[in-house]
Amino acid sequence: MKLYELSAARLISLLEAGEIKVSEIQESVQKRIDEVENRVHAYATLDRNKETDPSESAGGESVLDLKGIPVAVKDNICTKGVPTTCSSRILEGFNPPYDAAVISRLKKANAFLLGKTNMDEFAFGSSCETSCYGPTHNPWDLSRIPGGSSGGSAAAVASGEAILALGSDTGGSIRQPAAMCGVVGLKPTYGRVSRYGLIAFASSLDQIGTITKTVEDSALLMNVIAGGDEKDSTCSNEDIPDFTKSLEGGIKDLIIGVPDEYFVEGLDKEVEEAVNEAIKLLSGLGARVERVSLPHTKYAVSTYYLIAPAEASSNLARFDGVQYGLRREAEDITDMYKITRASGFGEEVIRRIILGTYSLSSGYYEDYYLKAQKVRAVIAGEFKEAFKKVDCLITPTSPTTAFKIGEKIEDPLKMYLSDVFTIPANLAGLPAMSVPCGFCGNSLPIGMQILAKPFGEETIFKTAYAYQENSQWHKRKPSL
Amino acid sequence: MKYKTVIGLEVHVQLLSKTKIFCSCGTAFGKEPNSQTCPSCLGLPGSLPVFNIEVLALSLKAALVLHCRIQRVMRFDRKNYFYPDLPKAYQISQYDMPLAQGGWLEIMDDGRLKRIGITRVHLEEDAGKLIHTAAESLVDFNRCGTPLIEIVSEPDINSPDEAYRYLTKLKSILTYLEVSDCNMQEGSLRCDANISLCPAGSAELGAKAEVKNLNSFKAVRDALKYEAGRQKRLLEEGERITQETRLWEENKKVTLSMRSKEEAHDYRYFPEPDLPIFEINEEDIEKAKCSLPELADERKSRFVEQYSLSDYDAGILTSAKPLADYYEKCLVIFAEPKEVANWLAGPVMAELNARNENFSSIKLKPEELVEMIKLVRGGKINSKAAKEVVLPEIIEGGKKAADILKEKNISQVSDEEEIGKIVDEVIRRNEKSVNDFKEGKKNAIMYLVGQVMKGSKGCANPKKVKEILEERLNK
Repeated sequence: MKLYELSAARLISLLEAGEIKVSEIQESVQKRIDEVENRVHAYATLDRNKETDPSESAGGESVLDLKGIPVAVKDNICTKGVPTTCSSRILEGFNPPYDAAVISRLKKANAFLLGKTNMDEFAFGSSCETSCYGPTHNPWDLSRIPGGSSGGSAAAVASGEAILALGSDTGGSIRQPAAMCGVVGLKPTYGRVSRYGLIAFASSLDQIGTITKTVEDSALLMNVIAGGDEKDSTCSNEDIPDFTKSLEGGIKDLIIGVPDEYFVEGLDKEVEEAVNEAIKLLSGLGARVERVSLPHTKYAVSTYYLIAPAEASSNLARFDGVQYGLRREAEDITDMYKITRASGFGEEVIRRIILGTYSLSSGYYEDYYLKAQKVRAVIAGEFKEAFKKVDCLITPTSPTTAFKIGEKIEDPLKMYLSDVFTIPANLAGLPAMSVPCGFCGNSLPIGMQILAKPFGEETIFKTAYAYQENSQWHKRKPSL
Repeated sequence: MKYKTVIGLEVHVQLLSKTKIFCSCGTAFGKEPNSQTCPSCLGLPGSLPVFNIEVLALSLKAALVLHCRIQRVMRFDRKNYFYPDLPKAYQISQYDMPLAQGGWLEIMDDGRLKRIGITRVHLEEDAGKLIHTAAESLVDFNRCGTPLIEIVSEPDINSPDEAYRYLTKLKSILTYLEVSDCNMQEGSLRCDANISLCPAGSAELGAKAEVKNLNSFKAVRDALKYEAGRQKRLLEEGERITQETRLWEENKKVTLSMRSKEEAHDYRYFPEPDLPIFEINEEDIEKAKCSLPELADERKSRFVEQYSLSDYDAGILTSAKPLADYYEKCLVIFAEPKEVANWLAGPVMAELNARNENFSSIKLKPEELVEMIKLVRGGKINSKAAKEVVLPEIIEGGKKAADILKEKNISQVSDEEEIGKIVDEVIRRNEKSVNDFKEGKKNAIMYLVGQVMKGSKGCANPKKVKEILEERLNK
């Protein structure tokens, strides 16, 4: 039995039955890392300075006990004393003096933290190629990208280098790599999970979420990380249900909306077919399918690329060489800023900072940033209307399967379009999950996206779980 | 041509909250550098601001007393600029949805009340402090996140003196409210001034200069006087005033150009996405209204009425809240309003000034001061000795007036025989003054009284001395 291939839920039940020891799980995963990490390169930092957890599971039925299950964490989530760099040179040597809220919760729940996963620099990207540590490779085809920006977390879970992982999603950064690596990725409702300790990209869009092998593992991990936090004023105090209880809810009479605007030119034929097949399967399980229209979807990408870089330009201004991270000495303070930032940030980061600075500039603010905020409100309103008629929406997660490393890196616009189906959920603050729903001819995973209204994660869980329990895709493993 | 001076002031005031505006670090002044910091006020990556509700209550009091309209919905915005004392490279401030707008403050102008409009009162966080040494520059982040309100006046101020009076009044009100200590030395009140000239009678404002680096109310007045003069000279020479920011050079008493309008920062304000929009409800406003204390003007009128003080005395006694509080504490144990007023507004205040102290730092307890006043009144000590010998010692703290009398042997001498001896001696030695007196120069007696006092080392009862002198000279 290869323990690293099992889901957290399965491992916990084996632990509870006394069939395995927690140290065996941890050793199995560590061994797997030794075996494949040099090919996959899922991690930015491996935290090897600690013993595998010798404590045996104490038993107990708490839903908040991960019993020593190994978890990987994206490199933009602060971990006390462990380098947290957003895969950027500018944060070279930054060891946060504090834990992010989600990390405190994981530690309290006895998670075993493996290290920090590779990502696009500051989460600006969809391919994991802009990391200062070099690209992560897709475990299904090492010549391809794993998706991004949480590509390291998705690749780690897909390859067995972690059982569970945390990612962050600003425009699709959890769901797109999950789709491309054949795993389950959930971006919760904005405000469901505390952002305290998540190094901000775009504060009004960022959300921490889960990357897991199965839907039930996602529910398990959400039980640990979700909930109000007095240190994050944008985090909701909405009650947190036991998400694992929503899995078996069944989808009889569930109304699934299929938005026309997500099945358009640019969508890969095989992806389209796989998603349509999945919808058919759900319909066969008793769900009702209705076509819906979200006409402003076409403005989502341009809206996003005004708002996200604007917030990013402000959020990334603090990396100035004064207090922490990289500093290049210079004659005076202004030159120090310039040289430090020019050498610390990669090309894509600089592009977005300039874009964002421009759209916030006096004289342009009204035409760009403010207008984008208005369109954003329209898009959110459109979803709200749709959810009066349907319980969830199903779409492809990404228009294509994983592309080749280097294929789109020189063409930012092509790269941006990789997130065309995931961005709207961030603009509207909706929860959305990518679930494996097939493979294309060359054996690359395909993901379908399930969206629900704000705080409607339970609807997503029961839909995704019903699909998973009646399909086999999640059981396939990449051969490495 | 005659010109009208147009001045508007932007005043930053630190609020006296125990903790910072967006985290729970302390705000005390003068602590070890960087000892009052946390990830949030250090702007560490991933940290987030959380609004401290104590700050809302304080700022509401200030906005209400300035007669502002409290906005039902307020929002924080980011003001983006690079500076080493600003760890996030943006300041959380308020832009188009501030706490309060449209108020006024009254000052005296040629014996009449004049209203200076208040454009807005908004909340923001303070920055850190740079410490420059010969070799390097260091940053102390303790002040980062200290809550500030910025009070922006309308351009209703028409002279440097008016600006001075506006600031004095503002300080008096805010210290009375106990929302700030308004201590300019410690930076808890800072002021930038906008000034322009326009031809008298013209409604159109001229190009303005913003003057910074003003470290005292006097500096504000001096800088504005200089700047008004400079602009007038330029206009008279037919030159144009350029809109710019100028720095006041305290040593040279001049303003120098710092940056022109073209070089001005584009702060790229946008709504702070890490904080929700805040609704200020009627309850918050009512609570703030109820917590407003009696202000200086009201208290002054009450002092005149209740204690039969002169306008002048009442004005002095209510010029600072700690002084007025001290005064009323004395009256509780010694109901002689006029007598206590004379002591406080005169010798006690002079002694404190000489020591660079004030009524908020005074160690002398009201009971101890009253004890001394009672000794004077009971004839146990004359008032000169009380002022010059006893007061300095009891202000120092720890000593009682009665003990000092014994220790210094300065109890007042009223004994006729004892005084008589000194009087006789003085009469014998000052033949000229004695003759003057006898020839009708009655004032000459004052010199003789002084000589007797001197002879008694200041301890003789002056009233008795005069009686005995008169009696013996008229013999």
